[in-house]
Amino acid sequence: MRKLHPNYGFNTLAVHSGTAPDPATGARTFPIYQTASYVFDDADHAASLFNLQSPGFIYSRLTNPTVAALEEKLATLEGGRGGTATSSGHAAETLALFPLMSPGMEVIVADKLYGGTINLMGKSYQKFGWKAIFADTEDPESFRRAVTDKTRAIFIENLANPGGIVADLEAIVKIANEAGVPLVVDNTLATPFLSQPFEWGADLVVHSTTKYLSGQGNAVGGVVIDSGKFPWLGNSKYPSLSAPSAEYNGLIFAETFGDLAYTMYSHAVSLRDLGCTQSPMNAWITLNGVETLPLRMERHCSNGLAVAEFLEKHQNVEWVSHAGLKSSPYYKLGKKYFPNGTGSLFAFGVKGGYESGLKLLESVELFSHVANLGDTRSLILHPASTTHRQLTEEQRISASAGPEVVRLSVGIECAEDLIADLDQALNKL
Amino acid sequence: MPASLITNHDNYSDRYIRDILRSVRNIAMVGASSNWKRPSNFVMKYLIQKGYRVIPVNKNVAGEQIYNEPVYPDLSAVKETVDMVDMFRPAKEAPQLVEDAIKLGAKVFWMQFELRNDKAAKIAEDAGMKVVMNRCPKIEYARLFGELGWNGFNTGVISVKRRRI
Repeated sequence: MRKLHPNYGFNTLAVHSGTAPDPATGARTFPIYQTASYVFDDADHAASLFNLQSPGFIYSRLTNPTVAALEEKLATLEGGRGGTATSSGHAAETLALFPLMSPGMEVIVADKLYGGTINLMGKSYQKFGWKAIFADTEDPESFRRAVTDKTRAIFIENLANPGGIVADLEAIVKIANEAGVPLVVDNTLATPFLSQPFEWGADLVVHSTTKYLSGQGNAVGGVVIDSGKFPWLGNSKYPSLSAPSAEYNGLIFAETFGDLAYTMYSHAVSLRDLGCTQSPMNAWITLNGVETLPLRMERHCSNGLAVAEFLEKHQNVEWVSHAGLKSSPYYKLGKKYFPNGTGSLFAFGVKGGYESGLKLLESVELFSHVANLGDTRSLILHPASTTHRQLTEEQRISASAGPEVVRLSVGIECAEDLIADLDQALNKL
Repeated sequence: MPASLITNHDNYSDRYIRDILRSVRNIAMVGASSNWKRPSNFVMKYLIQKGYRVIPVNKNVAGEQIYNEPVYPDLSAVKETVDMVDMFRPAKEAPQLVEDAIKLGAKVFWMQFELRNDKAAKIAEDAGMKVVMNRCPKIEYARLFGELGWNGFNTGVISVKRRRI
C-alpha cells in the first residue's frame, strides 16, 4: 500500500488524524460540538465567511468541528484531499454526484450493488432528470460500451454487495480516464484498511460510515472523499466547478480553491442546499469507531474466512461466494485489490431455495436478523425477502440476490461459536 | 538551506513551509487584484487577517489602494523591506520577477497554484532564496495552523499537543 503520511502508518493515523487535542479546553477525547451556529467576530468576518474568503464556521448544516474531524480522519485514511460527511450512505451517493450531474446527463452504474442504491439511482434519480445506465460489474468492457457524450460519472462498489464479488478496479479506472469522467467507488465493504481506491486511480470514494467505520451499528452516516486529482479547471463538462458561480459573486471553484474545489463545493453548495448533514453526535460515535478499525477489520476478515470455509464443506450449502476462498472466481482479483482480506460480508446459497433461506434465519441463535452489515455482532439476511425485495426478479438475479441467497456479515465473536451456530441451524433444513 | 528540508519541488515538508510562514512578515504580492472576487484578493485579505503586511504590485491599478495599501506598478518600484514575493502572474514571467526579488533582498520566492518555472527557481535558489511553487500561502497557512481541517480537509498534521488558538 502506498504511504498515506510522510511519518506515520495507517493504525497511527486511524487513532490520531483529525483529532488533535481540543484547542479551547485541551480535552483529549475530541469534543461533541453540539451547536447549530457560531458567533461572528464582526460584520467583516461574517462577510469573509459567507464569501468563502476565510475558512470558518457559519452554521452546522455546512460545517461543524466534530463532523470536520471525522471528515479529516476519513480523508486521511483514504489518502484523499478532503471529505464531506453526510446523514447516511445514501446521502453520500447523491452528494457525490451532485457537483457532476445535471438534468439529461448520465451516470454509468454497476449492476452489483446494494439493492437500495439500484433503486435510488435507477428510479429516484429520474426525478432529477439524471439517467442511470447499468453496466455489468463482472464485464469492464460493458462500461466502455455505455459511455456517451452525456456521461458524467461512473459508479461502482469495489467489493460488491451482497458479497464475494470483486470489481476489476484498474480496468474500470482506465475506461473512466478514457471517457474523461470521474470514477466514484463505494468502498464501504472494504474500508480504507483493506483497500484505498485512490491508489488505483479512482477519483471519488463514498462510504456508508454506518458499517465497519463506526463499527457497532449505532450511528447512521456517510461520507464523500475527493482525491483532489480530477482536472475540473476549464472542464466544460462540469460547470458547477469550472464556471462562475452566481451566488458566490462569480467565483470559479476550480480556480479559487485548486484541488480543494470539489470538497469546498460539497460543503458550500451541496450540503447548504440539500441539507443532508451528519449530526455531531453521530460523527463523534464514528470517530471513536474508526480508532479501532484496524483491530476490528483483522478479526472480521479472519472470522469471515473461517465461516466461509466451514460453509463450503456443509452438505446443505449449494455454493459460497467469498473472494477469499480458492474456489471463488474472484480469488485472484481479491488478492490483487484486497491483500489483507476481503472483509466479512459474503453470501451463500442454501439447498431448498427461498423457504430454506427463511428457515435458516429463524434457526440461528447468534446471528441477528437485521438489514445492516459491518457490526461487531454477526448478522444474517435473506436479501430476496428484504433489502432486494423491491427489485424485479431479473434485477435480483443480476444483483446476486436470488431466492436461495443468504447474506452474512460476520462479527468479531469467537469463530468457533459462529460456526457451531450455523452448523446446528443448517442441520435443521 | 539544509538540503534535507527540500528534495524537489513536487513535495515540500511541513517544516519547510512552516518555517517560511513563520519567518516572513512583509509579502509583495505581484498580480494582486483590486477586484474582491478574484483569488489573489482573497489571499491578500486572508494574509492581512493573519498579521502579515501585504504590499500589492499590479501595473493596471498602480497608485490605487487595496486594503489600504498603495499599489506599486512593478516589483522594482517597491521601496520597502520585502521578505517574500508571492506571484500571481503567468509562469513565464518568473525569471524577471526573481531578478527583481533578488534586488529587493527577498528571502522567499513563492509561485501560486498551477505555476511552476524550474529555471526561475534555480536562479532564486542560487541567490540563496527559498522557493515554493504550485502552492497557495493562504491554504498552506490554514492547513498548518489548524483552520483547513475546519472544512474537512486532510491537513497531514498529527499532534498530541494543544494548539494555540
